[in-house]
Amino acid sequence: MSAASTAREEMLRRIRAALSDVPTGEQPEEVVVARDYRHSEAVNHEEVVERFAERVAEYKVDVQRVEEAALAQAVAATCASHSVRRLVIPVDIPEFWLLPDVEPLRDENTLTYEQLDTSDGVLTGCALGIAQTGTIILDGGRHQGRRVITLLPDYHLCVVYEDQIVNLVPEAIARLDDAVHHYRRPVTFISGPSATSDIELNRVEGVHGPRTLNVLVVRRASRSHP
Amino acid sequence: MSVIIPPPQRRKPLPTFQASAKEALADTQLRRNLYKATHTIRAKRAQVVGEMPDWQELREAGRALKERVLRHLDTYLLQLEEAVQRAGGQVHWARDAQEANAIVTQIVTEHEAREVIKVKSLTTDEIHLNQALATHGISAVETDLAELIIQLAGESSSHILVPAIHKNRSEIRELFLRTLEVDNLTDNPRELANAARLHLRRKFLSTPVAISGANFAVAETGTVCVVESEGNGRMCVTLPRVLISVMGIEKVIPAWQDLEVFLQLLPRSSTGERMNPYTSLWTGVREGDGPQEFHLVLLDNGRTRVLADTVGRQTLNCIRCSACLNICPVYERVGGHAYNSVYPGPIGAILTPQLLGVENASSLPYASSLCGACYEVCPVKINIPEVLLYLRGRVVDYKQHHNALLNRVNPESVAMKLMARTFASRQLYEQAQKMAQLGQLPFRHGGVIDTLPGPLGRWTAMRDLSPVPRQSFRDWWRARQTTREGMNEATHQPSAETGKEGQL
Repeated sequence: MSAASTAREEMLRRIRAALSDVPTGEQPEEVVVARDYRHSEAVNHEEVVERFAERVAEYKVDVQRVEEAALAQAVAATCASHSVRRLVIPVDIPEFWLLPDVEPLRDENTLTYEQLDTSDGVLTGCALGIAQTGTIILDGGRHQGRRVITLLPDYHLCVVYEDQIVNLVPEAIARLDDAVHHYRRPVTFISGPSATSDIELNRVEGVHGPRTLNVLVVRRASRSHP
Repeated sequence: MSVIIPPPQRRKPLPTFQASAKEALADTQLRRNLYKATHTIRAKRAQVVGEMPDWQELREAGRALKERVLRHLDTYLLQLEEAVQRAGGQVHWARDAQEANAIVTQIVTEHEAREVIKVKSLTTDEIHLNQALATHGISAVETDLAELIIQLAGESSSHILVPAIHKNRSEIRELFLRTLEVDNLTDNPRELANAARLHLRRKFLSTPVAISGANFAVAETGTVCVVESEGNGRMCVTLPRVLISVMGIEKVIPAWQDLEVFLQLLPRSSTGERMNPYTSLWTGVREGDGPQEFHLVLLDNGRTRVLADTVGRQTLNCIRCSACLNICPVYERVGGHAYNSVYPGPIGAILTPQLLGVENASSLPYASSLCGACYEVCPVKINIPEVLLYLRGRVVDYKQHHNALLNRVNPESVAMKLMARTFASRQLYEQAQKMAQLGQLPFRHGGVIDTLPGPLGRWTAMRDLSPVPRQSFRDWWRARQTTREGMNEATHQPSAETGKEGQL
């Protein structure tokens, strides 16, 4: 028997010996887990969206609410105000999100770390938003690209559609079930720009991840682009 | 059972907490730094926990989930192994620190890496991975700001979450000026953080192997989770070609859904935020996105011994939030180094003696006033005072068992035995009371006993003792009965004198 399989077998033997007080035949589900915490709240969606915008802003993030028709304008204006010219975008970002005055760097998994590091910023959509915690969730799905593109550029502009926002953490976890179970997608929770509290527990925004995060909360036009 | 689970190794016992605490207490700068930090974080935690109407329900769910995992740990680890392998990762099992370090070293060596980047991980601190890698000529670069600070300073961590909590901004500025290639630097935390950003940027972009710990690993899906703030964690789990995660076996959780509990409990308890800036969750490897080789190392290193103890088992619920450190009146004054372990504070006082064996850390269960604040804030309801008391019992048992002869003449144990006999007999007890009333007279000053002779003086060195009252409750009761019988008229009140002095 190899050393590796010996270690595995011995650890399992130790664990089983340690658990001699657990009745044989007890199933894990027999250990009762009461999930009496909130899974939803009776609030209307406009309130949820408003709370999301507020809580994201509390992380010192610039949040704007815009109509879908004005999205490109908002993207252009926000980029201009942060002197962002060369903007990294995932390949599937719709044309109507952009105006000609930003220079898109489309990532088809082709941009090097160097190119990403020296770009001015990145524009993505997201998978979900959580109002309760002011969190944006990326899962590598539509309009998001691979993980590295939202990590190396110093500026991240994220588009969150109102109908992507859920109220509570459990609602978000439930909605991600398929992405993880089925597609094994990597998931990233983002709550504000990178930060540290390592010096005297004072929060300082901006360490290794993007130092600036901007969020556009978009109301979908009624005859919508899907 | 003892045959299967090896007893703790004999080692040089840790320095005692009491001796180390004395040194720490003498450092006034340290006490100022700690006071400020712990009080800041306490207030933040209280605020974000206060806004959760279902906090107690979340705590209970977190506790119950951990109980479920621990009672069926073999099942969940096998499930996790299968899920990680299915998703393209490799799983390794390590019985102890040496085995884990050897596994990691081999993987790094196979990739011919001379340098690795690391995400802050208590588990790798516990097994001294950096030192083990160094003996093979591999340097491990810590990327968390606080870990970097203590690595540059050549010190050890003093807090689970903020390893450099004992240092203030001007101390950090001086350190950076000395060790990083920077010229102009103020002690503004923003500038200090930026200096670390510049220092580490190249390494993030070019280092081929990263090492992390794991906050949670989901058995059902094989998903591993790292919770962080700075983005150094995302860098490490995203940029290098190879990722190695070392996790204690107790970090497995049953299902994806269970993250809805832990991702609420951890950030609020830990940094006092509604959510920490970044949480990374990855499932094996993904083509074209992130590391193309993933290794998960499952570590025992004493954990099965903790698991075997039905009282101590709950210690493995710990999600390393550090709320118990921040609230602890003892930690607040002595800091983390006094505990002589990577796991300081109340959780360390119960975890370290169990991992190393009580004989190797016998002073730690006494590093507490048993006030219970740690239990109250614990997000997974570890009854720390209960385990502390239980471990004190084990320390006493050990001493009695191993120093039988010495113990029979040990004054404390002799005194305890005498006391037990006295308290068990009414006659002896009343006699002792009378003796104490007389015997205390030379030590009574201004209504209190403020100095006792000999070894008893260690009590009065720290606090005054209430004297035995002139009239005990028993005397008063007897006198009252007699008066009643005599005059058939009760005196309801004890005398002003005895009423002021106390009871018994």
